[in-house]
Amino acid sequence: MSTSAPNGRIGETLLEVKGLKKYFPIQRGLLRRTVGYVKAVDDVSLYVREGETLGLVGESGCGKTTASRCIIRLYEPTAGQVLFKTRALSPDGSPQVVNLLELNREQMNRVREEIAMIFQDPINSLNPRMTVSDIIAEPMVIHGKYQKGVSEERIIELLRRVGLRPDHLRRYPHEFSGGQRQRIGIARALALNPRLVLCDEPVSALDVSIQAQTLNLLQDLQQEFKLSYIFVAHDLSVVQHISDRVAVMYVGKVVEMAGSEELYANPLHPYTEALLSAVPKPDPLYKSDRIIMQGDVADPSNPPKGCYFHPRCQYAIDLCRQKTPEFRELKPDHWVACHRAEELKLRGI
Amino acid sequence: MTLTAQETAPTTTDGREVLLEVQDLKVEFNIRGGVIKAVDGLTFDIKRGQTVGIIGESGCGKSVTARAILRMVPKPGRITGGRILYYRRPRHPKPGQPQDLQVIDLTTVDPDGELIRQIRGGEIAMIFQEPMSSLTPVYTAGTHINEAVSLHRLLPLKKLGDQMAETIMAYRHVTREEAREIAVQMLRRVGIPKPEQRVDSYPHQLSGGQRQRVMIAIALSTEPSMLIADEPTTALDVSIEAQILDIMRELQRTANMAIMFITHNLGVIASMAEEIVVMYMGKQVERAKVVDLFYNPKHPYTKALLQSVPRLGPKTGQRLASIEGMVPDPLNLPTGCVFHPRCPAFMPGKCDKIVPRWNQVGENHWARCLLYEE
Amino acid sequence: MAVATAPLAVPAKRKPISQSYWSLVWYRFKKNKLGVFGGVVLIVLYVSFTLIPEFLAPYALENRSSFAEAPPTAIRFVDAQGQLQAPFVYGLERRIDPVKRLRTWVDDTERKYPVRLFVQGDEYLFLGLIPMNVHLFGIDADPREARIFLLGADALGRDYLTRILYGGRLSLLIGLIGQFLTLVLGVTLGVISGYYGGAVDMFVQRFTEFLAAFPNIPLFMALSAAIPAFWSPIAVYFMLTVILAFLNWGGLARQVRGLVLSLREREYALAAKSFGASDWRIMFRHLMPGTMSHVIVIATLSIPGMILAETALSWLGLGLRPPLTSWGTLLQDAATVRAIRFTPWLLWVVPPILVTIFAYNMLGDGLRDALDPYSGR
Repeated sequence: MSTSAPNGRIGETLLEVKGLKKYFPIQRGLLRRTVGYVKAVDDVSLYVREGETLGLVGESGCGKTTASRCIIRLYEPTAGQVLFKTRALSPDGSPQVVNLLELNREQMNRVREEIAMIFQDPINSLNPRMTVSDIIAEPMVIHGKYQKGVSEERIIELLRRVGLRPDHLRRYPHEFSGGQRQRIGIARALALNPRLVLCDEPVSALDVSIQAQTLNLLQDLQQEFKLSYIFVAHDLSVVQHISDRVAVMYVGKVVEMAGSEELYANPLHPYTEALLSAVPKPDPLYKSDRIIMQGDVADPSNPPKGCYFHPRCQYAIDLCRQKTPEFRELKPDHWVACHRAEELKLRGI
Repeated sequence: MTLTAQETAPTTTDGREVLLEVQDLKVEFNIRGGVIKAVDGLTFDIKRGQTVGIIGESGCGKSVTARAILRMVPKPGRITGGRILYYRRPRHPKPGQPQDLQVIDLTTVDPDGELIRQIRGGEIAMIFQEPMSSLTPVYTAGTHINEAVSLHRLLPLKKLGDQMAETIMAYRHVTREEAREIAVQMLRRVGIPKPEQRVDSYPHQLSGGQRQRVMIAIALSTEPSMLIADEPTTALDVSIEAQILDIMRELQRTANMAIMFITHNLGVIASMAEEIVVMYMGKQVERAKVVDLFYNPKHPYTKALLQSVPRLGPKTGQRLASIEGMVPDPLNLPTGCVFHPRCPAFMPGKCDKIVPRWNQVGENHWARCLLYEE
Repeated sequence: MAVATAPLAVPAKRKPISQSYWSLVWYRFKKNKLGVFGGVVLIVLYVSFTLIPEFLAPYALENRSSFAEAPPTAIRFVDAQGQLQAPFVYGLERRIDPVKRLRTWVDDTERKYPVRLFVQGDEYLFLGLIPMNVHLFGIDADPREARIFLLGADALGRDYLTRILYGGRLSLLIGLIGQFLTLVLGVTLGVISGYYGGAVDMFVQRFTEFLAAFPNIPLFMALSAAIPAFWSPIAVYFMLTVILAFLNWGGLARQVRGLVLSLREREYALAAKSFGASDWRIMFRHLMPGTMSHVIVIATLSIPGMILAETALSWLGLGLRPPLTSWGTLLQDAATVRAIRFTPWLLWVVPPILVTIFAYNMLGDGLRDALDPYSGR
């Protein structure tokens, strides 16, 4: 089992993604002929257990946001499976594992009650023409669960829970600071009592002190409502802080996945190692011996042969240039896609 | 506006010469609803070849300070007090002649005049966050070109080599061919692969990290004596950020350039700056050497800020120490110490009544807090 | 269990009442004096031309008289003896110039008629409901022997001021109604086209291009010829507005589509989608309101075009036909060499058209400044 489950709050697998792919066609010319594909998500496999946080890290353009949006079918994936243990589809509320990609529109909408999203940009993710009360009520209205009186009570309760005041109800988003807006977004995500929340860079647009408040709030809400999070971010320190397990993505693929302490202490993939070494440490006496990655991130419309990371990898051998490494469980609950994972002695934090 | 011509600039105990001295700077914005004191009584100096970091959260006045130095405070803001003394040395003094040092108070310079245009971009260069996103469609083509020359913004639809050559020619007496040659050299120095070919490409053909490196190349191609870097790596990934910080450090060493580094990222500032100024709501709350600030912070705000960042390494606790509450409304600042409503060391009857002074709390270490007053 | 809520340490003392987007817009708009002036002028124009022209006009629209082509009547304060009097007008006497063979009108200084406010005259329905016969001003006289023509009379002896007032009703309303239809068509198709993209977008875009590329005058002649001759003038009038709207929605649809394309990627649209909102809800609850500020500006600035189009088409004889009276049909009467030479007062229809168009442009500019998405908050 997971190494970072001290209090037993983590349960069985809630979501499992297998071989997820999302290719965006590149169209050219008058007839919009497809001349190629951007492989934004290229064979992603991961899982989330009940009550845990899976961090999804990677540099910009690595496909982490696209992958999270494919899970809730904001984008239709090209291939793969998204297995989710839902209670919304059976009449008595008993759990049932379904492939979200096979559901029809009506069934999918019912499952959406159980999966919510929090977005990065606290300015753009709230409709500027709607009041706070309308914004938080919207998921209930969409699902036909809005009842006058009862739902208003619930909205006030949600507002209180995220640290806002009931008199904020009739205000508009532009009257709030970034941190407060993100709290409104969190309240909206909780409106339908979800079990899985996809957090897409929820704190990267916030100031340091507000970031800490928001992270604490997310952790408290997780305990209180037994939420599972997929936490998409590029900031490795934030991800380590909030995550039980972490998956590292590079050019559309998950290259490594493990419990967060295990991953940060004993990385098995050279990309993880390089990324960790590049994080600026808030310590002026820290002696940096950074690993310099050569060149730029691979182009997802024209990735290199073999392992996508090999042109930048200091440990690359001929095998890496020819054969795509398999994503395998090298140690219990520690997955990696690297040919040389067994022999390399990589440096963690 | 030359105040005096003197032989030497003030020097510090370690013998380094002061380049820029900001004294009690005040910048105010007169908007409907009142006056925002964006910068209120800022005092610090930068020596030649030194990096000073300015940290604080959004709205604390750090970017306004940078703009005030270059006399580019956007309307309706204006400098209402203080001095910004710039000790200007001629770029290429003839051998044997005394180095004629000019002291210029930048707050009294005509913001549209010839003098500030020589200084801005040429002697004090500036780089911003991700350069393409700073292009907005509402600017007309004319403003782009003028701004680009002085602020080193990248124009779309124009070859890099041409943009760089124009900037270089605006500040250095070189021919177009020489300027282009300098451009290629600078691109190579900042680590752009195949610079001879890259000078003929357009900004949109570059990745975000490459564009930022090009911006640094442009800013440094005029051989400035000081670089103002306003969140230069915030929009970039860690691996590219690390590369860019390396480039800046390297160029600083070789060219003895001073850097004013503005950021909210404590990790970045720890590895870059020698001295740090912490700002909160337009006020300077603490100033110290970087090691003192990180290991022995005095002001409660600095302490809280340092504790609220998650750190890599073995997990220590479950929760982050966070600063309670929100940043106050700049039109309606708290009385006394502006930080008192959020301060963990709040002393009732004192902090909400008395405005703290700028107290020396150690060697080269100041804090604006009543804990250190009688 | 620890609760991570952060109570607001500094209570917000400012702004006790929430300000919606539109109240901010109103605040900014109020500061634009020219825009407010345009708005006030328009209100005055619409009230006087569409609501109460019957009351303002001294006669009924079709009240003919024998005073054909009488020039504007002078209101006098001094009589022939040089004595100051209450305002009055002289009676008119017809003269035939035997040489030029022209009919002219001269003042008959023997007959004096005082000008009064709130005189009784032709019957009408006030606001279309209340029967009344009081007019704002007029003269105390039998309408068969003397009349007051402030702006002259036309060939049938009808008061031209009355005709301009009544004509404004059709012209001003055709702008509003036509623009409303344009908005409905343009916004709906623009939102759908921008949101769905693909084949739908392709079809709508090609169709607007087809409309834009089609020469307007022949198209209009064809459409106008298609209106059966036996239709009542009112039916023709509505058909005309529909035709104008149909010709105009393309441009608006393109602009709305462009806005929707950018709004569609906003995270709030994605957020609604992630909760399972229907396409309909995303389009009309989230995307369309975001385009409204632009749409209002575009609409305000293009109403004058509608009014001018009606005027131009009626002048060409393609639009409204007598007996309907609009500024366009009036202009048709005025736009002959003979009219300009002998009855130049018929050109008095031009100033109200100009004032309306200027007022709309001022209002539109004011609104654009107030709604300007780039000016920040």
